[in-house]
Amino acid sequence: MKSDPAPQELTHEEALELYYYMRLNRSLDELLVRLFRQNKIVGGLYGSLGQEATSVGTAYALAEGDWIAPLIRNVGSLLVHGYKPRDIMTQYMARVTSPTQGKDGTCHFGDLKTHHVVSPISMLGDLIPVMTGVAMAGRYLGQKIVAMTWIGDGGTSTGAFHEGMNFAAVQRAPLVVVLENNQWAYSTPVNRQAPLRDFADRARAYGITSYTVDGNDLVAVLRIAREAVDSARQGHGPVLIEAKNMRMLGHAQHDPAEYVPREMFEYWKARDPLSRYENYLNQHKLWDEKEKAAIHARIERELAADLEFAENSPFPPPELAEEGVYCNGCHIIEAQWRRPKDELMPPKSSVKPEWTIENFGAMETGAAPAADRTQPQGSAVESAIVHATHTDRKRKITAPASRRAR
Amino acid sequence: MPPVTYLDAIRQALVEEMDRDPAVLLMGEDIGVYGGAFKATAGLLERFGWERVIDTPISETAIVGAAVGMSYLGLRPVAEMQFIDFIACTFNQITNFVAKSHYRWGAPVPIVIRGPAGGGVHGSAFHSANPEMYFVHTPGLKVVYPATAYDAKGLLKSAIRDNNPVLFFEHKFLYRRIKEELPEKDYTVPIGQAIVRRPGRDLSIVTYAAMVHASLEAAEQLAREGIEAEVVDLRTLLPLDRETIIESVRRTSKLLVVHEDTRTGGIAGEIAALVTESAFEDLDGPIRRVTSLDTPVPFSPPLEEHFLPNAARIAEAARDLARY
Ligand SMILES: Cc1ncc(C[n+]2csc(CCOP(=O)(O)OP(=O)(O)O)c2C)c(N)n1
Ligand SMILES: [Mg+2]
Repeated sequence: MKSDPAPQELTHEEALELYYYMRLNRSLDELLVRLFRQNKIVGGLYGSLGQEATSVGTAYALAEGDWIAPLIRNVGSLLVHGYKPRDIMTQYMARVTSPTQGKDGTCHFGDLKTHHVVSPISMLGDLIPVMTGVAMAGRYLGQKIVAMTWIGDGGTSTGAFHEGMNFAAVQRAPLVVVLENNQWAYSTPVNRQAPLRDFADRARAYGITSYTVDGNDLVAVLRIAREAVDSARQGHGPVLIEAKNMRMLGHAQHDPAEYVPREMFEYWKARDPLSRYENYLNQHKLWDEKEKAAIHARIERELAADLEFAENSPFPPPELAEEGVYCNGCHIIEAQWRRPKDELMPPKSSVKPEWTIENFGAMETGAAPAADRTQPQGSAVESAIVHATHTDRKRKITAPASRRAR
Repeated sequence: MPPVTYLDAIRQALVEEMDRDPAVLLMGEDIGVYGGAFKATAGLLERFGWERVIDTPISETAIVGAAVGMSYLGLRPVAEMQFIDFIACTFNQITNFVAKSHYRWGAPVPIVIRGPAGGGVHGSAFHSANPEMYFVHTPGLKVVYPATAYDAKGLLKSAIRDNNPVLFFEHKFLYRRIKEELPEKDYTVPIGQAIVRRPGRDLSIVTYAAMVHASLEAAEQLAREGIEAEVVDLRTLLPLDRETIIESVRRTSKLLVVHEDTRTGGIAGEIAALVTESAFEDLDGPIRRVTSLDTPVPFSPPLEEHFLPNAARIAEAARDLARY
């Protein structure tokens, strides 16, 4: 595992901050397992052990104002995006102080106004079209934002995944989809989801850019995610990143994962993302023992304080169950316009309602170009969509990571 | 002002809301260049451009999903189902993502999902359905189903301005068959309010959508026979206007519920329960219902006519009940 990307890829500050999130993700997970064993968690506990680099590295590539929709294993993404361990603890402990006030559990929470996090639902795949809409709305409002979401290897088998990817692709929406191939979907191995070596190949069907990256190599994940986010932000359309890693526990705490070959765990344990990042920091002398100890101490302190907060938090009052089915005047979301609205109003918005049809579907290349209609007098966005060329910029970064220049 | 059809009333509502607020935009299959399968959105692409009238792939889940995402940033998308039957393809997105969003994590979903519903046009099993009750059974949604051009326009405007997800059912049989003069000024019809279409003292016929017209026709016939039927148009199915229903039953003491939806699990059952809970002492007879058969919508005209309720059947049931 000697990826050795140029150390200047990360500033000293970033390198340490990334370590903080990696370690925090791991320590929070360990703490949640302890709470589960103490019967303090309501319902199931889903782990992210072994997948921290993917969650942290991808979310870290985003800028202020970008939107995310994590799945329940993406604890690291939530932390990077500004949520605190207490939010996740109180969710799992079903307390009234949780982001959902006990209305929902696990990482099923979000916030439209400050964090820009869309809560997942359990039904896998559904976030892809929703985040396509987020990305389209950001563009519509002139916000220059990127939307990012995550999907498991299993989740890619849903119809919603396909509909969402395809719609994002035809719309060239600024969406980054992180396909976390952790080798398993509950008890089902990836080869029973699709006969593909690289799930990133699914991107070909949508005519979009994709990458395959070693999901346990934090620096490589971040590098690819930054490239993908930049590309999406510049208007080149959605990007699919396949990050290969391993779910190092059962599906949830109830599942001993006896169906996973023991050697497989051993193989991946030797490639643990946290140890690898520690080695990277050592190798490039990006930190010293004092800094490491300070981060550990900070995490210990923060987790202890948050745990105390969570344990002292009450359960919600029963009558809260009756509230909030409808929005009656509360939480009105005002569109934040970053472009002149009159572009979208008549007469400026007016167009000739005609399609641009290229080459009439002819099989010979270059057939009948002269007969093409002129492009509609539409917005820049629509002409980009109509004239989207088929870019296949698929690149692969597999372990050991390539030394491709940035 | 010339009279406006139910279909044109819908188009007028869309145009006026889009003129009023650039956050309102449309998505659906064949709605732009073509103007929609029923031309409900004809001319809107030309007026509002590619970004506001979005022709989508055949992806109901993506259409509704993207509408949800847009609404989270403050937009007010109106999604068209080419036929409301296809709403089944996005059932999960609506019942799980849309309906539960505000309750679970406080995120309102101000979207409208609209489309042509209902039978009587020989559209067969996949282009005639009345799937409203799947959604009436889903807390978090609002479900409206107008019977007149005035209501279609006023309710669609209310739906677009509402901060909750609204399913807007349009009866395709009514699209071009009914017209009326509409006010020139902006107006809305509030969601959640039923209306008494015809007053009467002998029995209440509670109904909605195309069956309002069949019920009014039946009421005319009954009046000639000396039976005065009150016809209540629900207009909104969720939330249900309990007060108007109960008040009507208190006046007439007899209740007939009529719907084009199939019988089992139709709203008649809910209304019957509501009335026995709240106005049992006022009842002078059993609650009756006239509905479609418990079958898929059949194709051939004699079959479909047999399947659907009509004025004669409504009148017959009403006569029976009046005599009770
Ligand atoms: C549409 C759908 N069907 C079934 C489930 C039940 N389920 C929850 S997680 C899971 C496995 C998911 O596997 P994957 O997408 O690879 O994610 P991972 O658990 O590996 O992170 C299943 C089947 C679900 N959540 N959604
Ligand atoms: Mg998996």
